[in-house]
Amino acid sequence: MQLFIKNTHIVYEELIYKVNNIKILEYGLDLEYSFNEFLKGFGLSSEIAHIIWLPVPMLLVLVAAVVGVLVTVWLERKISAAAQQRIGPEYAGALGVLQPIADGLKLLVKEDIIPAKADGILFTAGPILVLVPVILSWLIVPFGQNLLISNVGIGIFLWIALSSIQPIGLLMSGYASNNKYSLLGGLRAAAQSISYEIPLALSVLAIVLMTNSLSTIDIVNQQSGAGILSWNIWRQPVGFIVFWICALAECERLPFDLPEAEEELVAGYQTEYAGMKFALFYLGSYINLILSALLVSILYLGGWGFPIPVEIIAKFLNLPINAPFIQVFTASIGIVMTVLKAYLLVFIAILLRWTTPRVRIDQLLDLGWKFLLPISLANLLITAGLKLAFPQFFGG
Amino acid sequence: MSIAITTQFICFIILSLVILIGAIGVVLLESIVYSAFLLGGVFMSVAGLYLLLNASFVAAAQVLVYVGAVNVLIIFAIMLVNKKEDLKPINDIKSRRIISTSICLTLLSLLIRVDLTNVWNLSIPQNSIGEESTIRIGEHLFSDYLLPFEVASVLLLMAMIGAIVLARRDVMTKDISTGLPVDQELIEKSSEPLLTNKN
Repeated sequence: MQLFIKNTHIVYEELIYKVNNIKILEYGLDLEYSFNEFLKGFGLSSEIAHIIWLPVPMLLVLVAAVVGVLVTVWLERKISAAAQQRIGPEYAGALGVLQPIADGLKLLVKEDIIPAKADGILFTAGPILVLVPVILSWLIVPFGQNLLISNVGIGIFLWIALSSIQPIGLLMSGYASNNKYSLLGGLRAAAQSISYEIPLALSVLAIVLMTNSLSTIDIVNQQSGAGILSWNIWRQPVGFIVFWICALAECERLPFDLPEAEEELVAGYQTEYAGMKFALFYLGSYINLILSALLVSILYLGGWGFPIPVEIIAKFLNLPINAPFIQVFTASIGIVMTVLKAYLLVFIAILLRWTTPRVRIDQLLDLGWKFLLPISLANLLITAGLKLAFPQFFGG
Repeated sequence: MSIAITTQFICFIILSLVILIGAIGVVLLESIVYSAFLLGGVFMSVAGLYLLLNASFVAAAQVLVYVGAVNVLIIFAIMLVNKKEDLKPINDIKSRRIISTSICLTLLSLLIRVDLTNVWNLSIPQNSIGEESTIRIGEHLFSDYLLPFEVASVLLLMAMIGAIVLARRDVMTKDISTGLPVDQELIEKSSEPLLTNKN
């Protein structure tokens, strides 16, 4: 036992050493390195500095996710109002920007009800199991060369694996509510999630085939050669559409919101929920929507890349690529570009929600199994063929 | 003991406890739904053990396949057929329990004996592959493990065809095993929605 732990520890130390060495050489801002150097200046050991550093990016990303939800909720209210020729929230803050906070506060102080005949433990565990994998997936979302929590080697595969846990939480809450509408909603959610996961994974696989890596950092770097022209959307147009449809279906947004179809199932698996437990579902669905939009922008729209490559801008300004000004400029433009692309996609998703009707369950399954699955398989095959034929364009 | 070793040790203890208690719960709990959810917890903890062993790809595959597919399907099946009916009492349940417990204990003692007598080769690997393991797994799957890999996929294909044959009996007029005409009552009728027929 002792031996095994020691052994993995040595491997871990070696890895850390390697990663640090690469990072110093690598181009780009490295906040962790500078933060650690700063703390070492106070006489702290590097291990302590590392432990102090660890929660910082996690908290930052958590705050970013929650603020993102507030913005999306406000956008949803305003855009739906515009689509229906209403004004929307108006009095809470300028243009109603404080309305989502008011909503959140209301849900926070509402009574937390567990129905008498419900299964208490599963009823509480369900919303948690829905929310936690979604938040964990933010681990791999990069906002810049070194601006992510952890550059895990399995990157995008981790997200696919984590998003497959969610249906268990939905089934759990559907079952624990002891209500036939909730159970039906939970079963529908699980069926939909399983059937759309396959084309989603296949279209990601085509990207991975072109990148030769699962890491999100490598996927973005592969698209950074010639600015907007080298984005994956030009090489994977079919994959882009398949991925976006599947991502919407995974988020249970209209036109695929059958699990909570209010005309048929009241509200699906969330029928019996109130207060903060309902808020967890609400939060989870919006965080998932933003996460999906971010991932589409990373996989297909060049991530943090500016439409014009930074090298050209640096040459234009007559500055070397690793000048401090260019470094800060690149990092800030990276965050802005990632968020901008993601919110463009969120806008499209919201507009789709308020302008399209819901599909029927048989249409949903037909679309998933008989259309998207063969299309994404063919896309994968064609990508592999093109990679062999034109290795310089499709990542040899 | 440095902080990293202590953290790893604590994680190992917690994961092992969750696996052991969860597995016992899967077997002993009366409610089949609880058993199914606990099974998901056990699968997740096994994935955690893989992570401790630096096998992140295997851990993610474990979560995707066992939790995301196998366990969801188990729960799905339980919920679709979960009728609250009283099962018939089984005769001589006591002797059956004694027999199964003794068989399990024999197997356990056999495993413990193997564990104690075998000399485990715990040599430290010179260069750990870590993040490269994904590539290495792919290489092995397409070279020396090609045959088992393909045989496994043929097995899955057979299972799928079997499931389709069982589910869609309307394509055959005769039952394969008995030769009798198929009962047409249970077969799904045309999937056209009712509303379109009214006009």
